[in-house]
Amino acid sequence: MASTADDGDGELQFRDPEKAEQLTEELESLMDDIGEPVNVMHVCGSHEQAIAKFGLRSILPDDLTVRMGPGCPVCVTNMPEVDEAVALAEEGKIVATYGDMFRVPGTEKSLADAKDEGADVRVVYSASEAAEIAAEEPDREVIFFATGFETTAAPTAAVLTADPPENFSVLSAHKYVPPAMEIVAEMPDTDVDGFLAAGHAAVITGYGLFEDFVSEYDTPAVVGGFEPIDILFALARLLEFIRDDEAGLANAYQRCVTEDGNVPAKEAMWEVFDTTSGEWRGIAEIPDANLVISDDYAHYDARERFDIDVDAGASDPLTEDCICGDIMAGKADPDECELFGEECTPQDPVGACMVSSEGTCKIWLEYGGQPDL
Amino acid sequence: MCLGIPGEIVEINGNEARAEFWDVEKTVRIDVVDEDVAVGDHILNHAGFAIRKIPEEEVEETMEIYESFLEGDEDEALEEIGASDGQQLGIEGR
Repeated sequence: MASTADDGDGELQFRDPEKAEQLTEELESLMDDIGEPVNVMHVCGSHEQAIAKFGLRSILPDDLTVRMGPGCPVCVTNMPEVDEAVALAEEGKIVATYGDMFRVPGTEKSLADAKDEGADVRVVYSASEAAEIAAEEPDREVIFFATGFETTAAPTAAVLTADPPENFSVLSAHKYVPPAMEIVAEMPDTDVDGFLAAGHAAVITGYGLFEDFVSEYDTPAVVGGFEPIDILFALARLLEFIRDDEAGLANAYQRCVTEDGNVPAKEAMWEVFDTTSGEWRGIAEIPDANLVISDDYAHYDARERFDIDVDAGASDPLTEDCICGDIMAGKADPDECELFGEECTPQDPVGACMVSSEGTCKIWLEYGGQPDL
Repeated sequence: MCLGIPGEIVEINGNEARAEFWDVEKTVRIDVVDEDVAVGDHILNHAGFAIRKIPEEEVEETMEIYESFLEGDEDEALEEIGASDGQQLGIEGR
């Protein structure tokens, strides 16, 4: 079942125009065989980035739609989770988080707003940097506001298993992708014919993880890389499955992804985290898709350690017009939003999709969305 | 991009290593990498953690992909390891 993007002579040419043309012809031919419109969903902001940056939608067959799903970890972090981080910062604790969470609006304010008002909010590159701050400031409580999917959950777990300082704790907003794919697969409005699965989450989890998914939801899935040829190649493999009416699974990113993934990283993740039901911003309450700190590590759980007083204000009326939820559920494109590029910009974002470099709205604004070439 | 950033390990201290990325050295954790690593090995760095040891036969190709991606502008990659000026630290692809 596994496939490879190797061109046969041992060299991978991920931007070779000739190869791209061959693949687009293959896509056209497959679409002719299928004979009806096809909707494919990818579940990774970096796929959206690559598709937009290289203008791939302009060379895809007209009736092949590729939409982004809930694949931006910043975007799906729920407002009350941001509110919790803001509340801790406003209580005088040090809150450290990744840069692209910094400006994500909570119900009333972002961490950036809290910092402007005097709170001690630090931007870090890694979970271990946050633990280092705790070691440097033993008299302060340092909370790592931990967001992201499997690729950051495993590192957060590794920090907790390595006996970090006692004044360090984690406010987990980590999320686990596979259950979200199941919810989206069940949404009648979304109507996904196949999934382009995220390449780097699969570095951790392995592509074998999706075997149950494809059989249970009768939907094919292909793990894909991030170069233009990677994406076209993965789409071709997906269309083959769709043409053959086969709920198949393929790994089109063999140079990084194995069937079992990164076993030590998975072991660390499941030692520290349990899954629980939780809200994904704008999408739905999703069973088993939020990662919470297990009882064994409860002393490092900020929610256990502190009585977090979330003082959520009234929602901004603009937020109610934001369609980030529909965009992440594959039901709408950013240019269908009345706020897009007007009231909602990267400098002054209304919805989370405009904040992160993984967010569809920011990507479309940066690269011109769906160019008509 | 969320490719993870390839770097070469130049020193190992317990579960940490110093790795070189285009002449910039950064500390990376090596406790969740998928295989044992040694000085001289190349790893994919993701948010300060090595998440994959790049097989020897793929090192050259991986670096070429990066050079091609960067098109001479290393800042983009250095931003991702938190080593450039005016960096916007992100969690892309996580």
